[in-house]
Amino acid sequence: MVHPRPDINASVLLLRDGLASLLQHLRDDGYLVVGPTVRDGAIVHDQLRGIEDLPVGVGDEQAPGRYRLRRRADQALFGYAVGPQSHKREFFPPSIRLFQLRRGAGGPVLTPEPPIDRKLALIGVRSCELQAIAVQDRVFVGGHHVDADYASRRRGVFVVAVNCGEPSGTCFCASMGTGPRASGGFDLALTELLSGGPHRFVVEVGSAAGADLLARVEHAPASEADHAAASAVTAAATANMGRHMDTRDIKSLFYANQEHPRWAQVAERCLGCTNCTLVCPTCFCSTTVDTTDLAGATATRERRWDSCFTLDHSYVHGGSVRPSLRARYRQWLTHKLASWIDQYGTSGCVGCGRCITWCPVGIDITEEAAALRADVPVA
Amino acid sequence: MTTPIPLFDPMVPAFARISRVDRELPDVFTWHLAAPSGAGFSFAPGQFNMLYAFGAGEVPISISGDPNRPEELVHTIRAVGAVTRAMQGLRKGDTIGVRGPFGSAWPLAEARDQDLLFVAGGLGVAPLRPAILHALAARSLYRRVIVLAGFRSPADFIFRKELERWRSRFDVTVEVTVDRADTSFRGTVAVVPALIAEVELDPAATVALLCGPEVMMRFAVRELERRGVPHERIHVSMERSMKCGVGFCGHCQYGPTFVCKDGPVYRFDRIERLFYVREI
Ligand SMILES: Cc1cc2nc3c(=O)[nH]c(=O)nc-3n(C[C@H](O)[C@H](O)[C@H](O)COP(=O)(O)OP(=O)(O)OC[C@H]3O[C@@H](n4cnc5c(N)ncnc54)[C@H](O)[C@@H]3O)c2cc1C
Ligand code: SF4
Ligand code: SF4
Ligand code: FES
Repeated sequence: MVHPRPDINASVLLLRDGLASLLQHLRDDGYLVVGPTVRDGAIVHDQLRGIEDLPVGVGDEQAPGRYRLRRRADQALFGYAVGPQSHKREFFPPSIRLFQLRRGAGGPVLTPEPPIDRKLALIGVRSCELQAIAVQDRVFVGGHHVDADYASRRRGVFVVAVNCGEPSGTCFCASMGTGPRASGGFDLALTELLSGGPHRFVVEVGSAAGADLLARVEHAPASEADHAAASAVTAAATANMGRHMDTRDIKSLFYANQEHPRWAQVAERCLGCTNCTLVCPTCFCSTTVDTTDLAGATATRERRWDSCFTLDHSYVHGGSVRPSLRARYRQWLTHKLASWIDQYGTSGCVGCGRCITWCPVGIDITEEAAALRADVPVA
Repeated sequence: MTTPIPLFDPMVPAFARISRVDRELPDVFTWHLAAPSGAGFSFAPGQFNMLYAFGAGEVPISISGDPNRPEELVHTIRAVGAVTRAMQGLRKGDTIGVRGPFGSAWPLAEARDQDLLFVAGGLGVAPLRPAILHALAARSLYRRVIVLAGFRSPADFIFRKELERWRSRFDVTVEVTVDRADTSFRGTVAVVPALIAEVELDPAATVALLCGPEVMMRFAVRELERRGVPHERIHVSMERSMKCGVGFCGHCQYGPTFVCKDGPVYRFDRIERLFYVREI
C-alpha cells in the first residue's frame, strides 16, 4: 500500500495501529527502539518491542518527594509526565570506559574505545527532554573540544516526540519556555487524542526522515477539528502546570544573593544525597575512576556521573572548596538557573520537575528560587 | 544531530617518556619529558597539562618549562596525594600520559612595552616560570621585569639557582622572601605583599601576574590596589578540582567560569565578584 509522503512541517493523522506499524518499521530498519515502559512502579526508558510495551492506560501522580503510578480510565499510551530517567543516559551514560592500557615492552599500549555504532530511535520524547538534549549538546559538542563518545552516541538518532497533555504536579516547563509543545529537534511529534473520535495521533513532520517513514505507514489527513483538538491538548497542559518559575532577571537575582540567608535554611533540609543532580536531564558533571589489575599490568580509566553535592567534587589538595552543604546547594541552584546562562546562553533548567519529585525531603527548586526574591527570608 | 565524531578524542592521552628528573625539594620534583610528538610541544606560558600516571590517575599540572624549547616538556610537581605520590615514584625512562595544553595564558602580548611584575608564592613560581623565561629571552619587549617570590622557609626554595642567576642580571629585579612566622611582625601571609609594598612601581604601566595560594593572592591584590595598580592590570592563576581539562566534567567551575578553559589565568577585574565569596 502506498501512502502520500507528507511535507515537512505538515501534520497528518495516525491511528493506534498506524503508530504500531511505525514502530515496527523502525525496528525493521535496524533501529534500537527505546521509549517509556513500566518497571518497578515507575516509568523508565527501555527497548520497546511494540506499542504494547508502552505504559498503556498508566498515569502518574507527582508531588515534592512523591511519585506514584495510577491506572487511567482510558488506554492512553502517553498519559503521564516524565519519570525518573531522562534520555541523558542514552548519550551521557552513567558510566563509560574511556580507555584501557597494558604495559608493553616499549611503554603503555592504549586501546581506545570504539565509537558507538548503533541506530537509535527514541519514542515519546517530551519537549522538556528535547530542550535538555539541546542543552547537553552545547556542553559536549558545542564548544572548542568535542566529546567523542557523546558525539558518536548522539549521531543519527531518530526522535519521535510527544506533546504533553497532562503535566505532573511538579512540572513547570511552560514558565521556562521549554514546553509543553515540542518546537523542534524531532523527526515526528505526536499529540495523542483520546476523545472526539477514535484513539488517534496528530503527527507533525519535523524532518525528511520523518516524512519518509510516514510514507510507509497508513495515515490520513488531519482535519481542522483534529488540529483544534491537538492545540487544545497542549493549551490544557500549559494551563495545568503544577508549578511556576519566575525567570525575570534570574541571573542577577542569584548573583546578587550569594550570601542570602535562605542558603543556610535550605541546607538544613538538604541531605546532600545527589538525587536532584542524577535525575536532572541537563546535569553533566562526571568524575574519572582508575583501576588496575592485581599485577599492575593493565589499567582502565572510566568516566562516571558525579554531582556537585559530593565533597569530592570540589576537592583540591587540602580539602573541599565547598565543605558546607550551604555552599553545595548554592552551587547547584546557581549553576542551574544563573551561571548556566553565562556559560551556554540558556538556562540549565528545563522545568521537568524531576528534582522536586525525587528529592527525598521534597525541596522545590521553584520555591527556593522564589524565596530569594522575597525580601524577608522565610525563617 | 550532525556533529562529526572528532578524529581526536580529547580524553585520551598521548604518552611521553621522562628524560630527566630534578629533585627540587624532598616533596617537589621537576620532570623533563621528551615531547609526545616529534613535532614538539608548543604551549603558551600559564597553560597546563593533564598528566596521567599508569593506573593511579590524572592531575592538572602547569607547564614550567621554556616556551622557546618545545622539544622538551617540563613540569614541576609537589607530591601531596595519591596521584602525585605515585608520580614521585617514577624514574627516567618511565612514561606518562599527557593531554594538553589547556587553559588560558599569561597576557604577555598585551604586556609589551609595560613593566612586568611577577608575584609568586611557593610552588606558584612554577606556572610563572615559562613567562619569566620568555620575558628574559625577549627582554627588549618589556620595560622593567620584577620577580617577587615568597617561600615558607629557606628550605622551601624552588628554582633557587635560577632565581640567583636572574638576580645577578642587571635588567631584572628579583626579591625573594621567606615567611618566618615566629619573628615576622606582619604575620605569615603578609610576606610577599610586603615586597609589593616596597618595590618601585609605575602602577599605570605595570602588568602584575600572580600565582600562589589563594590567600596569598588575596593579600597581594590588596597591596597592589593600595599601590594604585588598576584591577584590569592584575592577573591571577586559580586552582580548582579538575577531572577533564576541556570543559566536560564540571568540577572546575568558578562561578560562571570554568578554570580549565576560561582560566587558570584570569584578569582580576573579571572575577572580582567571585574572588571574595567564600566556598564559591
Ligand atoms: C591549573 C592547575 C595547575 C596546577 N599546577 C600544578 C603544578 O604545576 N604543580 C603541582 O604540584 N600541582 C599543581 N596543581 C595542583 C595539583 O593538580 C594537585 O596537587 C593534584 O591534583 C593533587 O593530586 P593527588 O592525587 O596527588 O592528591 P589528592 O589531593 O589526594 O587528590 C586529588 C584528587 O583526588 C581525589 N581524591 C582525593 N581524596 C580522595 C578520596 N578520599 N576519595 C576519592 N577521591 C579522592 C580528588 O577528587 C582530587 O581531585 C595544579 C592544579 C591546577 C588546577
Ligand atoms: S533543575 Fe530540576 S526541574 Fe530543572 S531540569 Fe533539572 S531536574 Fe528538571
Ligand atoms: S548543578 Fe552541579 S552536578 Fe549539575 S551540572 Fe551544575 S555543578 Fe554539575
Ligand atoms: S576540568 Fe572538567 S570542566 Fe574544567
